[in-house]
Amino acid sequence: MPDGFFTDATLCIGCKACEVACKEWNQVPADGFVWTGRSYDNTGGLGHSTYRHVQFVERIREGGPAWDFSSDVCKHCERAGCLEACPTGSIVRTEFGGVFVQPDICNGCGYCVVSCPFGVIDRRPDDGRAFKCTFCYDRQKAGLKPACATVCPTESIQYGDLDELRARADARRDALAARGVTDAVVYDPRDTSIGGTRAIFLVRGSCDDYGLPAAPELPSVRLRAGWRSAAGTSLLMAIILAAAFLV
Amino acid sequence: MTSLKAPVWTWEVPAYFFVGGVAGVAAAIACAATLAGGDRATIGAARAIALFGAAVSPLLLISDLGRPGRFLYMLRVFKLRSAMSVGAWTLIVFSGATTAALVYWIAAPAGPIVAAGLIVTDLVAATTGLVLATYTGVLLGATVLPVWAERHRTLPIDFGVSSLGAAASAVELVAGTTEAMVRVALAAAAIKTVFWLVSLARREPAVNRTISRATLLAGPLALGLRLAGLAWAPAHAAAALAALVGSGLSRFGWIEAGRADAASMRQ
Repeated sequence: MPDGFFTDATLCIGCKACEVACKEWNQVPADGFVWTGRSYDNTGGLGHSTYRHVQFVERIREGGPAWDFSSDVCKHCERAGCLEACPTGSIVRTEFGGVFVQPDICNGCGYCVVSCPFGVIDRRPDDGRAFKCTFCYDRQKAGLKPACATVCPTESIQYGDLDELRARADARRDALAARGVTDAVVYDPRDTSIGGTRAIFLVRGSCDDYGLPAAPELPSVRLRAGWRSAAGTSLLMAIILAAAFLV
Repeated sequence: MTSLKAPVWTWEVPAYFFVGGVAGVAAAIACAATLAGGDRATIGAARAIALFGAAVSPLLLISDLGRPGRFLYMLRVFKLRSAMSVGAWTLIVFSGATTAALVYWIAAPAGPIVAAGLIVTDLVAATTGLVLATYTGVLLGATVLPVWAERHRTLPIDFGVSSLGAAASAVELVAGTTEAMVRVALAAAAIKTVFWLVSLARREPAVNRTISRATLLAGPLALGLRLAGLAWAPAHAAAALAALVGSGLSRFGWIEAGRADAASMRQ
């Protein structure tokens, strides 16, 4: 059974322990002491040196300010754009279902960066290779939970069997609704070209506010039409060349 | 709103899109001219340009890698699902065929085996060359950035036709104006102009200024100068320059468009 993450944003207290644990365990370099100047979210977003990012979503709800937190992560897509784009075969699917960049293979071509529908993976400028969440592949191999899920003090980040997590997410949404919190929604985009994610979320309000697109698209769905266009153009060019010399 | 990552590619990538495309079509010109018994200066220039591009392209691509020392890892696998993998292999085959074709061509009067070898290597170089001129559009179309993704059908046409005009112009500038090259360049400029007119008629907003300028140069300006060239020959050289500059500029414009697209999505 595939493993997955379930991030329950309704339990997140914004402590950023997941960010710290991830950086520590995976020995991810520091990415600057930068104040964004518009929020307590000074991490900014996922990137080459940020595999977990606690989002601070500020808005008006029920007439007053509301502050929601959600720990974002690589979605480990069922059909992953980065994995398909990778020309070296560096990005692979592990036995635990995660999408993993083999650092000893990546040559830093940068094609995965523009192939991720969630804007997760990026190239580290000083290192030259692409990096993202590893699903703590090394910990998984040792039978351990990923560092973020292990350290999360409120169990906002849960790790385990994906189907079980899905059931848990639905149950939690229903339980919240019964308590009067009716705007909680499960993010689990299974009916899209990416075929679902191994990181699912429960958020309040619109998924879009959390940078979770309603219809993430696998870039390779456009390959067939693109190649057909390239073939047609090549044929046209061949005809023009033949005509130019023979007429 | 999802914030997408901007392309990390530096100037080498758009430069390669241009150089590789010109070299690819130049190989196709060499093949067509050789089969049709065209003049030796045109064939020689086309072969030289193809070989130059085949030599420079890998250097540009390697220097853009985050880990240039690992460039050979591109050939670890062949993936049809990755336009970049298909492109890397196409470039390898193209380089080999172009080099072999030049050797066969120089040795051409040596007998039937050499003559057959020339035809085979020329056809391989021409086929992979035309792929080289168009696949870069497929590569950009199969990404997540809307400005590229929305144009996944037109980018290969745009890049291909732009390379066609540029390659004919480059051959002409090296070997002198010939009727055949003028016809090719006229066709390419005319197609570009039609695309430009269609986008004007549809009132499509310009993607960015670089692309607008590139389109004007390789489309209506090149076409006008070509038509002027039919009456006054020196205008052909100006048309060739316009097509070359327009073609090169457009590749930089498209990468710039991708970068701007990603930036516009950041909150």
